[in-house]
Amino acid sequence: MLAKTVKVEHTMRRRRTTIAVAGAAALTVSLTACGGGSSSGDGGASGGAAKFDAAVTGVVNSSDAKGGTLRYANEGEWDSTDPGDTYYGYSWNFARYYTRTLVTYKSAPGAEGATLVPDLATSLGKSSDGGKTWTYTLKDGLKFEDGSPITSGDIRYAVERQLDKTTFPHGPTYFNDFLADVPEGYSVYKDKKDLDSIETPDDKTIVFHLNQAFSGFDYFAALPSTVPVPKDKDTGSKYKSSVVSSGPYKFADYQSGKSFKLVRNDQWDAATDEVRPALPDNIDVTLNVNKDDIDQRLLSGDLDVSVTQLGIGAAAKAQVLADPEQKKNADSAPLNRTWFTSINSEVAPFDNIDCRKAVIYAADRTGYQTAFGGSIGGGDVATSLLPPTIPGQQKIDLYPVSSPTGDEAKAKEALTACGKPDGFETSYSYRVERPAEKAAAESMQQSLAKVGIKLTLKPYPQSDYFSLYAGKPSFAKKEGLGLMANGWGADWADGYGFLSQLVDSRVIRETGGASNLSVRDPEVDKLIDLAVNEQDTAKREQEWADIDKKVMEGAWVYPGVWAKVLLYRPKTLTNVFVSSSYDGYDYSALGVAKS
Amino acid sequence: MTAFIARRAVAAVVILALVSFITFAIFFLVPRLAGASADDLASRYVGKTAGAEQVHERAVQLGFTDPVYVQYGDFVKGIFAGRDYDLGGPAPEHCPAPCLGFSFIDQNPVLPDLLDRLPVTLSLAAGAALIWLISGVGVGVLSALRRGTVFDRAAMAVALAGVSLPVFFTGLLALSVFSYTLNIFPPGSSYTPLLENPIQWAYDLILPWVTLAFLYAAGYARLTRAGMLETMNEDYIRTARAKGLPERTVVLKHALRSTLTPVLTIFGLDLGLLVGGAILTESTFSLPGLGSYTVQAISHNDLPKVLGVTLLAATFVVIANLVVDILYAVIDPRVRL
Repeated sequence: MLAKTVKVEHTMRRRRTTIAVAGAAALTVSLTACGGGSSSGDGGASGGAAKFDAAVTGVVNSSDAKGGTLRYANEGEWDSTDPGDTYYGYSWNFARYYTRTLVTYKSAPGAEGATLVPDLATSLGKSSDGGKTWTYTLKDGLKFEDGSPITSGDIRYAVERQLDKTTFPHGPTYFNDFLADVPEGYSVYKDKKDLDSIETPDDKTIVFHLNQAFSGFDYFAALPSTVPVPKDKDTGSKYKSSVVSSGPYKFADYQSGKSFKLVRNDQWDAATDEVRPALPDNIDVTLNVNKDDIDQRLLSGDLDVSVTQLGIGAAAKAQVLADPEQKKNADSAPLNRTWFTSINSEVAPFDNIDCRKAVIYAADRTGYQTAFGGSIGGGDVATSLLPPTIPGQQKIDLYPVSSPTGDEAKAKEALTACGKPDGFETSYSYRVERPAEKAAAESMQQSLAKVGIKLTLKPYPQSDYFSLYAGKPSFAKKEGLGLMANGWGADWADGYGFLSQLVDSRVIRETGGASNLSVRDPEVDKLIDLAVNEQDTAKREQEWADIDKKVMEGAWVYPGVWAKVLLYRPKTLTNVFVSSSYDGYDYSALGVAKS
Repeated sequence: MTAFIARRAVAAVVILALVSFITFAIFFLVPRLAGASADDLASRYVGKTAGAEQVHERAVQLGFTDPVYVQYGDFVKGIFAGRDYDLGGPAPEHCPAPCLGFSFIDQNPVLPDLLDRLPVTLSLAAGAALIWLISGVGVGVLSALRRGTVFDRAAMAVALAGVSLPVFFTGLLALSVFSYTLNIFPPGSSYTPLLENPIQWAYDLILPWVTLAFLYAAGYARLTRAGMLETMNEDYIRTARAKGLPERTVVLKHALRSTLTPVLTIFGLDLGLLVGGAILTESTFSLPGLGSYTVQAISHNDLPKVLGVTLLAATFVVIANLVVDILYAVIDPRVRL
């Protein structure tokens, strides 16, 4: 699950007056064309009238005007700004300012934003050996911020170094899992030896050899793991404060836990970059800013972006939705995320599928949705795990109910079938710091009580929720955690990115830490292997949809809400749109209106 | 007097040693007694995808597999001699003496972070303390002298509100009104170092100062008022008046001096505690001081940071206590006995 936090930066500047001009809607959708070579510096804001949800499907305040300072703030702090050691969705989004990857996502609104396009590479990967070998060729004219050329060796080194999860514990492990013949505990710092599974026959070519065919390798190539790192500048865990830029901006100031600032990287060549318009001159980020303060500053125009994109808080949300002038600057953005409840078959009587079905039938759909914020900024009632933002998702509803508040008759039928006609007792875990999960748990407690299922609510600290409590099978079983609050955001918008870590029983570890808390179905595992190896996109998407259905047939989860988040875009922002690639506004496209 | 100070100083060192041991035990011994394994503790400091082997390797690296007394010994040794941490990477990380700990999350020594943030907290505490001392004592004296008047009742009502309203309420209210609506003061997270621009420093901190001072001034006003009312009824005040001393002299020279003794005692302790981190104020105004640092450390389960802050805060409280004890001894020789 991509954890998300917020980052804020602010300066002392007072409100800036937007010069955005309403109209010119025709220009909005073509924002991406202003990337790279866009020019003038005297261009002006030109369109995209603000209205509620306008940035979900189009570009608001389209402009090619360069200059100004874009101000971000974060209510917490990054896991790491080292591209090889970060796993926050907003961090991957933000990293496109100072890094480039082999391939990346198109800068476009909505689903089109999840389209893969070449970045450092001249094209998407070319596969051979039935999908086990992937080759990329680098563009000409690529340079680091110090002017040295970016070579395939720099990418090879970057991928190799981040395999060391002791030094870089935060990042994803896809390359660890899929590269061929990675020695146990491999570290570039100790082993001093390159991997045989990554070849660089020349400075422009890099070849990856996998231990199994994988049709979606381009998604791996889009991970920050492939951001080039010059070996002689690598300082291990300290590199996060001195990242050598390959993107349009570079670090000018880095104060751990407080703030950092990006300025233009004059070695970046716009002609090699079809994605980043690089509009602002500077990007300021302030860390650890009070969440309520962030909201107020967004509304007053003292801040441009709340970087974690967790959405405005309850107080600000009420204020925005009540004021038509403010509401038109808000977007209820759909996410590649589902909030749900895992039903633990390791805890009786949930080893019986009918008892699991009883929970699904009895659950109050509306109550669960309300707990997460309602239809605006909370999400839509889910009927399966895969959210509608994932290509190929198919709307299924295997457990239709007579009322959105639950179907007592069907629930009692299921209870009778599982031999518990009078109900039973079990426990429900949730993360104590998350009021929405608590509210959802209470909603479940009330709705399930109507059919005799009595829930004892058990809160646990979120920092250890997966590692020591709900995610540790022995603990969950010992404590009788039959139901467990859960949530998942895709690493990227496709079936593998969403489901692989969520429903594959082989990711469940006795030591804890897995996000799959309940799905233990060998048939699902087999289907995943088939989908991973499928080269045809349409067939692959169908297979992931089948897996989604199979999970629901097993009643392993109660799918609560397909998440949305209420984002606010101050008038100071230009080129604002929600992209499916990183769950929120595409940062690389944003500009600021001149005062 | 020297012996008294020496005794107190030794006691202060013992207290700090005890605080360090107890804090260390809470973080590293209690979880073990509750059944957590070394690997369980280490699982907080690895990525979410870490396997058992990696978790165990991290536990060994962080010393969690050693007996707790060995870990504490290493910690104490680090304070005097520094420590090296091999956490992978090109070279072991060195934490120079005095090493108050090494963040498992940031992979940085804790002390430089603390020293980096200390000026922010000192700035906040000193400015607020000055405001609350002057305003609290001033209002307290006036209220006592005008007992029962509208001013007295209004001042005490405001004082009650000050004590009752939490900083996160008054702070956010102040930001909303003065920063975002009237645009008079800077928004949250504004801080300029004193030496960089003293005027900007003061301008940035006015709202946090006033907000924090409002909380404390209320208590000081009530304390001063009560003390003054009691003192003004003393015989020696009547005598002073009978001798024909001006009322101003009676109040300021005789009554107030006596009243200030307990006020200053509490002031010393309050200031010591605040330097340990005005958590709510710093969090509300997003100031990068020790308080917000503590909140971040707790939210990330970064125990060495919490331990470091605790020790630093304890040091300031103990020093403040020591200073107060010494001042008391100066004022009242019986304390030295």
